[in-house]
Amino acid sequence: MSITTILQHSLTGISLGGAYGLIAIGYTLVYGILRLINFAHGDIFMMAGYFMIFSLASFPWPIAIGITLLITVLMGIAIERVAYKPLRSSPRMSIMISAIGVSYLLQNLATYLFTAIPRGYPEIPLLKRIFRVGELSASLVTLLTPVLTIVLVALLMILVNKTKTGMAMRAASKDFETAKLMGININRVITVTFAIGSLLAGIGSILYFTDRMSVTPFSGTLPGLKCFVAAVFGGIGNIPGAVIGGFFIGIVETLLVALGYSTFSDAFTFILLIVMLLVKPTGLFGEKTMEKV
Amino acid sequence: MNGTVLKTEHLTMQFGGVVAVDDLNIEIPQGHITALIGPNGAGKTTAFNVITGGYMPTNGRVVFHDKVIGENHPRSKMKKIYNGSDRTAFHHQVVNTPDKITRLGMARTFQNIRLFKELSVFENVLIAKHCRIKAGMLSATFRLNHVEERTMREQTQDLLKTVGLADLAREKASSLPYGKQRRLEIARALATSPSLLLLDEPAAGMNPKETEELAQFIKDIKDSFNLTVFLIEHHMNLVMDISDKIYVLDYGKTIAMGTPKEVQNDPAVIRAYLGVEDE
Amino acid sequence: MRRSRNTVLSVISAGVFLAILYMLNLNRAGNGMLISIMQKSAIFALVAVSMNLLNGFTGLFSLGQAGFMSIGAYTTAILLIPVQSLDGVYYMNGINPGIRSLKVFLSALPPWFQSVYPFMALIVGALFAAVIASIVGVAVLRLKSDYLAIATLGLSEIIRALFSSPQLDGITNGSYGLNKIPAFPKMFGGLVPPIITPFIVSAVCITLIVLLIRSSYGRAFLAIREDEIAAEAMGISLFKHKSMSFIISSFFSALAGGLLAMYMRSIEAKTFSITLTYDILLIVVIGGIGSVTGSVLGAFLVTASKEWWLRFFDQPLEIFGWDVPLFRTGFRMVIFSILLMMVVLIYRRGLMGTNEFSWDRIFGRFKWKRKKVQGGGS
Repeated sequence: MSITTILQHSLTGISLGGAYGLIAIGYTLVYGILRLINFAHGDIFMMAGYFMIFSLASFPWPIAIGITLLITVLMGIAIERVAYKPLRSSPRMSIMISAIGVSYLLQNLATYLFTAIPRGYPEIPLLKRIFRVGELSASLVTLLTPVLTIVLVALLMILVNKTKTGMAMRAASKDFETAKLMGININRVITVTFAIGSLLAGIGSILYFTDRMSVTPFSGTLPGLKCFVAAVFGGIGNIPGAVIGGFFIGIVETLLVALGYSTFSDAFTFILLIVMLLVKPTGLFGEKTMEKV
Repeated sequence: MNGTVLKTEHLTMQFGGVVAVDDLNIEIPQGHITALIGPNGAGKTTAFNVITGGYMPTNGRVVFHDKVIGENHPRSKMKKIYNGSDRTAFHHQVVNTPDKITRLGMARTFQNIRLFKELSVFENVLIAKHCRIKAGMLSATFRLNHVEERTMREQTQDLLKTVGLADLAREKASSLPYGKQRRLEIARALATSPSLLLLDEPAAGMNPKETEELAQFIKDIKDSFNLTVFLIEHHMNLVMDISDKIYVLDYGKTIAMGTPKEVQNDPAVIRAYLGVEDE
Repeated sequence: MRRSRNTVLSVISAGVFLAILYMLNLNRAGNGMLISIMQKSAIFALVAVSMNLLNGFTGLFSLGQAGFMSIGAYTTAILLIPVQSLDGVYYMNGINPGIRSLKVFLSALPPWFQSVYPFMALIVGALFAAVIASIVGVAVLRLKSDYLAIATLGLSEIIRALFSSPQLDGITNGSYGLNKIPAFPKMFGGLVPPIITPFIVSAVCITLIVLLIRSSYGRAFLAIREDEIAAEAMGISLFKHKSMSFIISSFFSALAGGLLAMYMRSIEAKTFSITLTYDILLIVVIGGIGSVTGSVLGAFLVTASKEWWLRFFDQPLEIFGWDVPLFRTGFRMVIFSILLMMVVLIYRRGLMGTNEFSWDRIFGRFKWKRKKVQGGGS
């Protein structure tokens, strides 16, 4: 395979990785505070895809993007309120089952509302403009994705490290109970967390699906799981780590498919997960916590 | 039979920069009641956890019935921070999981009660008998060991009678009042047929009358079950009443040891508990 | 006195159930749909109970059931597909010659062997899964609960990828799947007609699991669920018992997978996706985590609802000529998902909570003075 092809594929991989990174942040934020694997996050990403299809049918694309992101955020917040908040003091298994239940519900809802037949994702002409550099070519969206990802992550890190809300989020993820006792409005913190996660998932969804032909109700399952692995890889609870994990998985996956091992590209992610959990469960940049007897 | 049941040699436990247990050397003779006391955070429960196999020690050795059940030598990183004596006296690494140590005859209770909450009082104790089961999974499944099963149940019933919980056998463990829960924890530990019983603050939360009853209770079970007892406690009356020997810990270090009378009057102990007087 | 009354009642109920099955058998064609739904329920009852053993009784949140079911299903299918159909099934790439010769050899064995062979195939599949579970368990069982869930989920996906990969075409037929799988065999030379076989197999397996749960080892599992650290302090080896639970659960999940292969007659890797594990989890949750009776009842209830009653929601509904909105394909699954969420959020103990079926409790309802519930110690 020529250098050009490798570079071309790497470009695709980085773009995919950027989208994965944005979604992975949602997982890592929620796990950091609630110690919950939000199984429904991937399906929020999927629903955002459908929202976009329908808004683009009726509105010009700038407005459609705004509407899609707004609805996605509202959906994420609503899910938290309805399905996770009541179970905050329940055993861990219950809230995980609830997340699975929400995932199940969203998939069935999408199948019912939009049928299981793939729905074509509309093109935003601006984003699909092709640029050429030497022998490489890429659409605007492919080039935009990683840049946008890094910008958004930088903004998020500023939020988390320099604002009061961010401090509250960090406090809650270190010690949930004490944060509550210190007067932090934990409900608001959690709402903000889910809002940010869903917003980023929505953006990731737009970037991801623009390069793909269609959306099905099950389009979110596999990417969702992969993004969770990305979050674990980078160190669960660590935002830049999640993004790096996303890029890593995106690039390797694209290369594997290019080399002809497409069935294994999915399996690779899970093998990575198991290896990580065995060798370094705290991920590349995560922190260790000890349990006191 | 009079021998040393439990011995620790230069036992040290360090977490990062904190030396929780520093050079602990204790000897517990058969049939004695030994107490470990000290202000909060002195490292007492950590010592228990190391002895029962929860952690591998940073340095030192734990010997139970003349068998080394835990040993370690400090790695270079720890050596830099840790300044204890006899760092290089130990060369092996021996670690046993808590369940193995329990099967060797050392049972414990917990500072924060850890009963099997949703299970009945009877089941809590019956489960503790499982570690002595001779039947394998297959024969137990097909009840080929029905005699053994019946014996376990009878022994559980007897144990509950001994601790006075027999009438509550069917109740859910979490529904018991606090004092009875503590007794249940002790009964559960006894069910593992131990030779050494480690009690972590058995009198926590009890009023003076209950504490007195507990003192008598510990003495009784020690005699009827031929036990050696090692306890952590804050209730000084209980400790002074029943202990044969006391070790006093402060910030991980042993600051005093001796009979109750000796320890009571030791100035170092008084200082540790009450602080230094301003001149 | 009460013990023997209870046993007699249970035996009679089982007998009644069997009688119903035999009657249904008399008119197989007419009762086709009902029989089919009940068979599927029986198979799902088994896998639900084995999932409950692991998740509900030992407290290990594992989402790998679909993976182990697929191991059982594929192994059983490969062993059972008739030799003469092999070329038709493996039409693209041909079957692995080693397997072909093995099958040829097996098909030449005497008739008595042939009649037990399907059951041997089931057990071989289950044993294979158990071996995989014991190897994987070493790595996976020491993970914390949330990580265990996702690791087992990942494992399930890895198995699926393996089975559908082109590299294993000669064995599993890759992404083309396997078909021409024979239906259920009869038992005891015709005493048990083929359609009743899955019920007997499932019942025997569930009984074995119940016996295990009621034994001392089953109690050890409960201890691990309640408080791992305390269980370990009471002398229970965490690794040994967790592995035990994991291996046995995988064994029976795989066996159920084998039954599923016989039920469906053709399988592919897609059959054993994560959704299948979610479906089983649903049954366990609705029936009550920690209740075998709940899992069995849940299996029948959920399967019947999905296949039968709730189909009602998928057809357009007309009341007095007015087309009721919402009723079209897919609505039943939405209703279903909402019901599941209601159980998770509101009726958290599911149908049975952690209780098992008890004749005493039923009779207790009919007495003036409420009897103290006979739970706990036995």
